[in-house]
Amino acid sequence: MSVIEAKGLNLTFQTNDGPVHALRDVNLTIEKGDFVSFIGPSGCGKTTFLRCIAGLEHPTGGTLSVNGMTPDEARKARAYGYVFQAAGLYPWRTIGGNIRLPLEIMGFSKEDQAERVKKTLDLVDLTGFEKKFPWQLSGGMQQRASIARALAFDADILLMDEPFGALDEIVRDKLNEELLKLWARTEKTIGFVTHSIPEAVYLSTKIVVMSPRPGRITDVIESTLPRERPLDIRDSAEFIEIAHRVREGLRAGHLDD
Amino acid sequence: MTKAGPILTVVLAIMALWYVACIPMNVQETLTAAERAGAVVTPDNARARAEVGRFSLMLQNTDTLAGSWSVERARLPAPHQIVAELWDSTWTEEVYGRRGIVNSGSLSNKSLIYHGWVTLSATVVGFAIGAGLGVLLAVGIVHSKTMDMSVMPWAIVSQTIPIVALAPMIIVVLYSFGIQGLIPKAVISAYLSFFPVVVGMVKGLRSPDAMQLDLLHTYNAGQGATFWKLRLPSSVPYLFTSLKVGIAASLVGAIVGELPVQRGGLGARMLGGSYYGQTEQIWAALFFAAGMAALLVALIGWIEARTLKRMGVQA
Repeated sequence: MSVIEAKGLNLTFQTNDGPVHALRDVNLTIEKGDFVSFIGPSGCGKTTFLRCIAGLEHPTGGTLSVNGMTPDEARKARAYGYVFQAAGLYPWRTIGGNIRLPLEIMGFSKEDQAERVKKTLDLVDLTGFEKKFPWQLSGGMQQRASIARALAFDADILLMDEPFGALDEIVRDKLNEELLKLWARTEKTIGFVTHSIPEAVYLSTKIVVMSPRPGRITDVIESTLPRERPLDIRDSAEFIEIAHRVREGLRAGHLDD
Repeated sequence: MTKAGPILTVVLAIMALWYVACIPMNVQETLTAAERAGAVVTPDNARARAEVGRFSLMLQNTDTLAGSWSVERARLPAPHQIVAELWDSTWTEEVYGRRGIVNSGSLSNKSLIYHGWVTLSATVVGFAIGAGLGVLLAVGIVHSKTMDMSVMPWAIVSQTIPIVALAPMIIVVLYSFGIQGLIPKAVISAYLSFFPVVVGMVKGLRSPDAMQLDLLHTYNAGQGATFWKLRLPSSVPYLFTSLKVGIAASLVGAIVGELPVQRGGLGARMLGGSYYGQTEQIWAALFFAAGMAALLVALIGWIEARTLKRMGVQA
């Protein structure tokens, strides 16, 4: 069953320097339970596409459906959780309070809120940190809390915009591994924007390679790696081959300029 | 206390400068007093001395300048004279004075405590009105483009009018409606204090970045939820900074409002002192007002520290 479907999607921003084609003729289908990475250089529209799915940007042409609805309807139906590059936790709320934020806005009952906070904290391995304030946590832990916040209201799509981009590689590896476990446990559909080829190959079932000016898809790679992926799978020949293909796709995109 | 050293140094420097400045400032009065006491002064009469410059008078009468720091009605009273006046018009007046609280059961109208209280009550009422109005206007400005474009320019213009020119008019207009006493002064206070609160609150309410607003958008949060959960908590540090500026401005407003009326208050006390050449009285009232302002700002600072601590801000 396709969860996200884009057909001939276009998005042009009008700027003072004339129109900018952020997305041109994007066609993509994401199936339920997919882990889809969007990779490409800055300005290739990967974040813009994710924001279109979230209803934060509005395409100027083509169709885009999320769970069979328009992105705005899907947003109102709370179809997805969104994780930004910065954790963006409210400094005046505890970790528990931050995870409770969407639940309060969406009108969950007090008991339900408490239960969900406990459940999602456990899911991201932050049990016991509920009463801590964000500044008492490391950057990686803060980003985990922000993932918990996106998971708390049980949306079946998780959209992540370079969530680990600001973290060092050691923390990033650990979080990638945890994210895969989390994905296996929750069976969510994940859209994941990244700059890193190894990250994209390690995480994804489908890798979407994009290139800039105008932002477009140059290659869609179905990963042949098994769903269960230990970190050392990155040294396997299969992994290296997929990474190579991603690199080739990125290079081809640049040659078009 | 690493802070105390630099502050003390500056205070001592000001004191030293002050005592030195007393000599040229008070030279006429000092020499007149010395002459009355029988000292030989050149030139030998006050009229002739008025024709001579301060510094040449000082040079001609170097031996008779010792009285510079104890002249009555000095142009520039020495700090210790002001401290004595402060003590006399607070503790001595209330405890030993015929009209003081100990002997009459009510505050003496000659004491700074009484006048300070009059000013303080107008300041606090005015500040409450001003701060409340400022917050409401800021909320309106942030949520309505129309208000942003219509109110903000007027708020700025309002602060370009000298308050000394406006205060008597406010008092006269309100008096014609039968309103007098504390309220007109509070209105002037509010007029001065709403502005920093508006500016600070608008900045504070707009401080959440695009990402924070996008996040709430993905939750399909309305304006109300955005305001209560994000904008208002983000604005708290800005609010307290403006409140500190605002309360000091309120005190100035109350004092200015007391000048034309002369029914008590530190402003009335200062103007009264200048009518009768009581410079010590002016300076004492001035320092009393400054002390009050410092206490009010410190009080807000204390509430700020407590609030931010409760909001989990790293100490």
